Amino acid sequence: MGILLELHDTDDQEVQSPSVELSKIAVSSAHGEDSPYFSGWKAYDENPYHEIHNPSGVIQMGLAENQVSFDLVEEYLEKHSEKALFGKKTNSGFRDNALFQDYHGLLSFRKAMASFMEQIRGGRAKFEPTRIVLTAGATAANELLTFILANPGDALLIPTPYYPGFDRDLRWRTGVNIVPIHCESSNNFAITPEALEAAYETARGLNLRVAGVLITNPSNPLGATIQRKVLNEILNFVVEKNIHLISDEIYSGSVFSSSEFVSMAEILEDRKYKNNEKERVHIVYSLSKDLGLPGFRVGTIYSYNDKVVTTARRMSSFTLISSQTQHLLACMLSDEKFVEKYIRINRERLKRRYEMIVNGLREAGIECLKGNAGLFCWMNLGPFLEDPTMESELEIWKLIVNEVKLNISPGSSCHCSEPGWFRVCFANMSENTLEVALKRIRDFVDKMEWKRGGRKPISGNGAGDCKPN
Amino acid sequence: MNLLSRKAMCNSHGQDSSYFLGWQEYEKNPYHHLHNPSGIIQMGLAENQLSFDLIEEWLAKNPDSSGFRKSDKLIFRDLALFQDYHGLPSFKKAMVDFMAEIRGNKVEFLPDKLVLTAGSTPANETLMFCLAEPGEAFLLPTPYYPGFDRDLKWRTGVEIVPIHCNSSNGFQITKSALNNAYKTAIKSNLRVKGILVTNPSNPLGTTLTKYELNLLIDFISKKHLHLISDEIYSGTVFDSPEFISVMDILNNKKLKKTKVSNRVHIVYSLSKDLGLPGFRVGAIYSNDETIVAAATKMSSFGLVSSQTQYLLACMLSDKKFTKKYISENQIRLRKRQEQLVSGLRASGISCLKGNAGLFSWVDMTHLLKSKTFEDEMDLWKKIVYQVGLNISPGSSCHCVEPGWFRVCFANMSEETLDLAMRRVHELVQVEYKRETHLSLL
Repeated sequence: MGILLELHDTDDQEVQSPSVELSKIAVSSAHGEDSPYFSGWKAYDENPYHEIHNPSGVIQMGLAENQVSFDLVEEYLEKHSEKALFGKKTNSGFRDNALFQDYHGLLSFRKAMASFMEQIRGGRAKFEPTRIVLTAGATAANELLTFILANPGDALLIPTPYYPGFDRDLRWRTGVNIVPIHCESSNNFAITPEALEAAYETARGLNLRVAGVLITNPSNPLGATIQRKVLNEILNFVVEKNIHLISDEIYSGSVFSSSEFVSMAEILEDRKYKNNEKERVHIVYSLSKDLGLPGFRVGTIYSYNDKVVTTARRMSSFTLISSQTQHLLACMLSDEKFVEKYIRINRERLKRRYEMIVNGLREAGIECLKGNAGLFCWMNLGPFLEDPTMESELEIWKLIVNEVKLNISPGSSCHCSEPGWFRVCFANMSENTLEVALKRIRDFVDKMEWKRGGRKPISGNGAGDCKPN
Repeated sequence: MNLLSRKAMCNSHGQDSSYFLGWQEYEKNPYHHLHNPSGIIQMGLAENQLSFDLIEEWLAKNPDSSGFRKSDKLIFRDLALFQDYHGLPSFKKAMVDFMAEIRGNKVEFLPDKLVLTAGSTPANETLMFCLAEPGEAFLLPTPYYPGFDRDLKWRTGVEIVPIHCNSSNGFQITKSALNNAYKTAIKSNLRVKGILVTNPSNPLGTTLTKYELNLLIDFISKKHLHLISDEIYSGTVFDSPEFISVMDILNNKKLKKTKVSNRVHIVYSLSKDLGLPGFRVGAIYSNDETIVAAATKMSSFGLVSSQTQYLLACMLSDKKFTKKYISENQIRLRKRQEQLVSGLRASGISCLKGNAGLFSWVDMTHLLKSKTFEDEMDLWKKIVYQVGLNISPGSSCHCVEPGWFRVCFANMSEETLDLAMRRVHELVQVEYKRETHLSLL
């Protein structure tokens, strides 16, 4: 889309030359919606699977939603609707709540969030309500931090593979660049000091000032937590380069085993909150994944840097959380019994789902990265590619979307440097649907084997011959 | 320590302005009729607190709407998962119907052209991102809402060039003022992308006249500019002249479905009309598909909570409720404005004749020692600290004439307003006595 020219009065000396009517931002494609990530979605929208009404439709496995624990929240609502929701009572506090637009956020809600974040981390880190800044979702939180920590043209270093939405969230309106920190399957995609350094050099080589590093822990799309040793190395790196560190921990409540998650907050605690270390660390959290409430738009920034907290708070005016929603969640998350029960049961259910999908895939001869968190697994179809190229990856992806009818996310949309990896979500459907999906995959693999090696298609087992590289 | 961005370090958040400082003073010493009767009365906050009872009555009758129920079926899951930036269809339909109803159903709005945002604050900012590059400019008539300095400029890098209006004609926009503003921008090497007006006006409390609206449409037509009409107070028009929407003018000029109508965009919100600023409900309405598409994607950074969308979809689809609310709310606003205006008149203070909004534009020029902004500040400090009223000085609204103040009337009880009027009366007595004494010397 380019410049719209219009005739103008030739006798009016002051009219400007024909202007671009919309901004570059408005017409750019940095919103990222032309990537395959979204076209798979379209295929699903046009032909969505339904157990009864459309059993041959596309199963959505590209949406990282947590639908396994709604019953627990619904149970809470049944018991506490009077308090948490405005309605039947008069003098219910409705008006004060409806008027409340203070960008500090409801104190009761901030306290509840701080406490929730602490419980997720098994009490191994403390969070002060005064350092919590509320935003309408983690999408807003990440963009906001980027506006605050980086100037247009600067770069953020992000380990690959990463959440495709970052291309939009961090770059679109901010004008900031992303330079990838390349990670490889040879060490399970762990971030290494060499990779960090290489990314930094690449940025400098492009004449980009590096503003910081952004990690997602637990990782999306890997579905795995970052090791303590690696977290320390990353902190050392950002201290040495005098840059910022954003730790996006929105999946922290989805770790199957609590003890396996180490938050950046814990690392700072271990290192005694040294000034020149903590001032550069900012944690992003959200209730969209752990509580399964993406529609409610609840995100937070937790920063140990006072100036960042103050500025973020002011900027949050552009993205405040509905006071109605703050009130509901303040009630729910300050209920310690509910929180303890929810975190524990949610973890168990996610773990079970994970095992179900990983085992099911293994039966079909497909291996996944060893994961311990999140709402998805990182599946390796490398052995099934025609060639070890992105083109082959997209070929097989199209087959899976259009013929197997599963919408999964190709690694290339996550900027993975190795072709053949796919993110497959497992928490946004019933167990029955997951079984159907697994059966379709088994059948697909059998068909592929048969086409390739002339082997007869077998149902069920046959995994023994299929090993990843 | 390492640096933060230029945006983080600058003052464009505007929070050092007097608009916010008065607020801070109020927070330190807030009036309460029992606990702190000599505290500062907040008259700087444009909130509508007059009609909550109507909403509470509706909520009590319709508990499903806040209980995640539809026809008694629990729809919690669907709502909790709903994060589609196109918005809840039932809510968008209810919103456009409500907007049309406020305009006497003289114009029709289509849900597909509406983009939902978390309040009008991000709506205005989003339009700036969509319409202008950093360094380009929008023209705004003065006086204007102080928050625009932050909302329109801070993260976007867009400049504001004022269209100066003055009391000689009730602060209306004139052709020469428009031309002067445009020339000023060009001289400063700024490319002008459009004009933003607030209609009804904050802080004037008046609706734009047909003449002004036609002037604006002609101007943007000729100069190939955009026009943003921030109509967040459209439901608060309580007196004649009637509210004329810019869409209405476009229809009258047979400009529907033209390039010009594609450059006219409306901003709306439920914060003022319904008194729900905490719920963060705003919207952009545009005929331009590209803008609707871009703004929709940008709304990802500030979506309206689905819980809130559902509640309000139920409420605003109840046409019996909306009809009753709109008319009753207007009646109460008129009464309250009259109380303020007559109270000030009794102290020899006049107001611009207003027919809308939650505030009056008050003329205290005769109370200034000299017509300077320094003296306006002195008077303001006296009013905040001595008289105990937080009102907004015209300078914070970029008014070119010193001595005007915005005074809110819809965010307190009648008794509190009465007390405020008595306090003003006392101040004027003292000033008047001194003035008289001096003139006798």
